[in-house]
Amino acid sequence: MSHKPKALVLFSGGLDSQLAAVNISKVQGIEVKLIHFYTGFCITEHKRRLGIPNKDGKIPQNPALKAAAHLELPIEIIDISQEYINVILNPKFGYGKNVNPCLDCRIFMLLKLKEIMEKENYDFIVTGEVLGQRPMSQTKHKLFIIEKETGLKGLIVRPLSAKLLPKTIPEEKDLIKRELMWDISGRSRKKQINLAKTYNINYEQPSGGCCYLTDEHFAVKFREELSFKKSLNWDDLSLMTVGRHLRLPNGTKMIISRNEGETKFLSGFKNRFDWAYVENKAIAILKDLNEEDIDYIARIMARYCGNKPTYVDISIDKNMIKKIAEPLEDDIINSLKVGVESHVR
Amino acid sequence: MLDDIKADVEHNVCGTYCPIPISELSNQMKKMQIGQVIELIADDPGVVEDVPAWCKATGQEFLGIYEEDGEFHAFVKKVKD
Repeated sequence: MSHKPKALVLFSGGLDSQLAAVNISKVQGIEVKLIHFYTGFCITEHKRRLGIPNKDGKIPQNPALKAAAHLELPIEIIDISQEYINVILNPKFGYGKNVNPCLDCRIFMLLKLKEIMEKENYDFIVTGEVLGQRPMSQTKHKLFIIEKETGLKGLIVRPLSAKLLPKTIPEEKDLIKRELMWDISGRSRKKQINLAKTYNINYEQPSGGCCYLTDEHFAVKFREELSFKKSLNWDDLSLMTVGRHLRLPNGTKMIISRNEGETKFLSGFKNRFDWAYVENKAIAILKDLNEEDIDYIARIMARYCGNKPTYVDISIDKNMIKKIAEPLEDDIINSLKVGVESHVR
Repeated sequence: MLDDIKADVEHNVCGTYCPIPISELSNQMKKMQIGQVIELIADDPGVVEDVPAWCKATGQEFLGIYEEDGEFHAFVKKVKD
């Protein structure tokens, strides 16, 4: 019995990966499975965790899932968040403008796809990469590095730019036709937008807009934290996505909630960290607590919880103390702030 | 009507958010036989849209969803491997 060709598509749910999937599945008639990797740094997911609605008041939906349903193509969502930390902390090819290790990220995901491809007998891998669209990962040279590092030479099909790239193995085997693919390059998305109309593709996500690692505010907190410790864990990284961040004079890191969603989110860390709380107002997670900072902690809580003398509960090693504190002056607080506040609210 | 459905597998993912509930749903369904029903229990309100969307994409049968005390109970029947 002859083998029916099939392909895996690296799928974000953005316009380019949707077009790539449509080209291979609907234009070329190849069976595909969409693979969406959960890295833990998706802004949509984070908004949902904090109960932040879209502008239309609706709950943000995972863009990959939404797109897969619209295209009626099977999708698998794979959680790689724990392993992904190492990619962020030790990128072989460095960071982009912020703490986005785009090239290492691509290589990591493609290696994961390679594992699935070999295990489940897929023929090739498809991506929505566009030649010259991103300087960090999509120049001709970078695409070459990706193939070399992953050992996938000739097995990655990039339908959007295929006519501008060397012939791939699936083309040589006549599994797919080069003339049915496209010759898109550069940062302009005009051609993609026209193709989206042709193939009835919905897209909302801005290009590269759903990853925390490209966020400059996140990057400031990331670098500041790394200047205090050698490595970071998942809790450190999660906490960088919420709240006001302050580094107190004796080294304590204080992360204070700004709204009900953040209070709920930060409360989930109470069993693993020291914390301060003002009833019905706000919670602060305290990392690397130096007890000489306790007066600061109480006074900062007073400032953000009504700006008046306030009772503050503080838990240190699971032991509770209660303090009444006067609000700390704004100019002192401002000098303790780490970066600027997150833009996600 | 959902009261009449007897799930073969119950899977609680409360405390996790998009897309983990769907990833968990998918993993559980891989272990199930065709014809079996899973009840996914989640407190992420996004599952109301995510579970039917996942079923539409993957060709599995979405049977329905209800909310009780802030928890969502979604029922999916495995109809294909």
